[in-house]
Amino acid sequence: MNNALKTLTNGILKENPTFGLVLGMCPTLATTSSAVNGMSMGLATMFVLICSNIVISLLKNVIPDKVRIPAFIVVIATFVSILQLLMQAYVPAIYATLGLFIPLIVVNCIVLGRAEAFACKNSVGLSAIDGLGMGLGFTLSLTLIGAVRELLGTGCIFGAHLFDGQYGALIFVLAPGAFICLGYIMALVQKLMKK
Amino acid sequence: MKNLIVAPAPHAHSGDSVRKNMLLVIAALMPAYAVSLAAFGWGALIVTLISIAACCATEWLIAKFILKQQPTLCDCSAILTGLLLAFNLPSNLPWWLIVIGAVVAIGVGKMTFGGLGQNPFNPALVGRVFLLIAYPVQMTTWPLPQGFNAVDAATGATPLAYMKQIVKNGDMSLMDKLPDLQDAFFGFMGGSLGEVSALALIAGGIFLICTKVITWHIPVSILATVAAFAALGAPAGMCPCHYTALTLCTGGIMLGAFFMATDYVTSPMTGWGKIIFGIGIGLIVMVIRTWGAYPEGMSFAILIMNATVPLLNKIRPKRFGEVVKK
Amino acid sequence: MAKLESTFKNMVLSLTAITLVAAAGLAAVYMVTKAQIDAQKEAAQNAAKIEVLNGQEGTAIECSADGFGGPIRLMVGFAANGDILGYKVLEHQETPGLGSHIAEWFQEGGKGNIIGMNPGKNNMTVSKDGGEVDAITAATISSRAFLKAIHNAYGQFCEQNGNAVATDSVACYTGASMPKDSAECVMHHCCSEGKEVNHE
Repeated sequence: MNNALKTLTNGILKENPTFGLVLGMCPTLATTSSAVNGMSMGLATMFVLICSNIVISLLKNVIPDKVRIPAFIVVIATFVSILQLLMQAYVPAIYATLGLFIPLIVVNCIVLGRAEAFACKNSVGLSAIDGLGMGLGFTLSLTLIGAVRELLGTGCIFGAHLFDGQYGALIFVLAPGAFICLGYIMALVQKLMKK
Repeated sequence: MKNLIVAPAPHAHSGDSVRKNMLLVIAALMPAYAVSLAAFGWGALIVTLISIAACCATEWLIAKFILKQQPTLCDCSAILTGLLLAFNLPSNLPWWLIVIGAVVAIGVGKMTFGGLGQNPFNPALVGRVFLLIAYPVQMTTWPLPQGFNAVDAATGATPLAYMKQIVKNGDMSLMDKLPDLQDAFFGFMGGSLGEVSALALIAGGIFLICTKVITWHIPVSILATVAAFAALGAPAGMCPCHYTALTLCTGGIMLGAFFMATDYVTSPMTGWGKIIFGIGIGLIVMVIRTWGAYPEGMSFAILIMNATVPLLNKIRPKRFGEVVKK
Repeated sequence: MAKLESTFKNMVLSLTAITLVAAAGLAAVYMVTKAQIDAQKEAAQNAAKIEVLNGQEGTAIECSADGFGGPIRLMVGFAANGDILGYKVLEHQETPGLGSHIAEWFQEGGKGNIIGMNPGKNNMTVSKDGGEVDAITAATISSRAFLKAIHNAYGQFCEQNGNAVATDSVACYTGASMPKDSAECVMHHCCSEGKEVNHE
């Protein structure tokens, strides 16, 4: 049990995909223009992470070592396609906003990274928990960056007005703001973690 | 090698210091500042005072409470950054925008990297570009020069916006909206605070070169590249000489070439490095002006070339004592 | 179970099996969701039609023009005489906070209201170019592109309606900046419920 808890918190804090491992920077920078967008992207990635971790852990003994990467990618791509179809069917608005970045989860380093580093060496239960922890860590980071950018850029958080939008600095909704926010939040998180 | 003498201590000190150089640059900016006061009146004064005060306050607060260092306000570099930032802003900007610009210039552009001497990008330009992208409406509403008599500040498009339309759309009906060459040269046209008078900026620049605060390489290579590009790319139906002169005298070319690109920290060290740096700025600014979305690209051009400085610094003079190849 | 050796036979078998299962799973999900996806798409399009026709009889036309960041795709509703009943931005990549204002700037109550104007009668260019429409502050390029899309839609409208509207009055966007190109427009003749009556 202790082991499971350790695996879960590992992904959220010590090896946080965004601030600790610095993986998956493309969606982190591109989809965090608002808190909702960041959170949706995080949850979508979490779904793929958990599913692919479980399946790869199940299949770890029938996949020969030399073809493990293509096998992993097929599994991951399948779940991403399923996710894509489900989102189109039930949440078309979010699908329209995230657009290209949903199919791009296939090449997200975190998903393949966890398959290679964790799922193919550990039991099904632990792999699922690892996927959940990593997914939660990613979701929390993306939501945090999205919230900061949305607040500074438009004066809202999750669409709720905190100050007049005309004081919002547009740059935070655009790409340069993503880099600035990511840099400062990462520095802050690193400083707090060291304590 | 015969001329090089290595003497033991004590050494004589030439009296050169950061503070002295900064003060000389500030002095060189004064003629241009006098023209902007005449052109924009109280607005120019208020923008400058807020900008300088906010820059100094940000530097002091960050040094004292975040970096926990001795604040270095007396080297005057924060004052210069504040002054240069103000020179790059329209004179009717609301006060809170100036403060944001100053905090970004000093906080993000300078202190994040460790303070004076460590910043890869020109802090004043970081502040300006941040404001330009963050608040494009306020940053592109230019007051027309009216001096101190202005009751209701009128705003209007800058000559650069008209020039862009002429070059891009071939719309010759806008020709009469361009300023007279004399106006552009002496300083009565809309624009940022410090870029209205080419003459005053050139005077300041020559003063800096004569006092050896800066060398000729960067300004000359920027101006030559811009002039060559403009002469070749003048729109049909407009005299290339007239177009070239207008291109050089409008917007931030003069201010950038003499005062922004020559910043010690963010420009290359060797002569050839400086010349390549200047040519790069000249090319980028003309590409942005001709084909880009913005009418002016001087700040972007300088920031982009700032990023190449570590590479340009690989161009080095021969090491002393190296065997000369025969 | 011991790990499979990386022999040629094992590799082929294992990869083939995984791909087959993956394909089967995907096909199943596709079959289950297909009806729902189609329904969502149709609902979105119908909602847009009802919105742009503003509850009146007319024609909804989908049209596009190149904006500042990419194509701007609009659906424009025209009354029988060519008056604009409404519009909806279906897709755009304009700068957030600047060009992205096209979604509400030109609506009724917006600063650059075009509802009720007629591209055949009004000079629908931005005021900077001598027209009657106020451009979005600091986003003239996006505003021009938007109006060009409206004009493209109107061109299609006139072409389809033949003599119903004086076709010679089609004002295309003048000025060398916006050469009129052949835009891809889709026509929807429909009544106010958004049901298609006469789709060509």
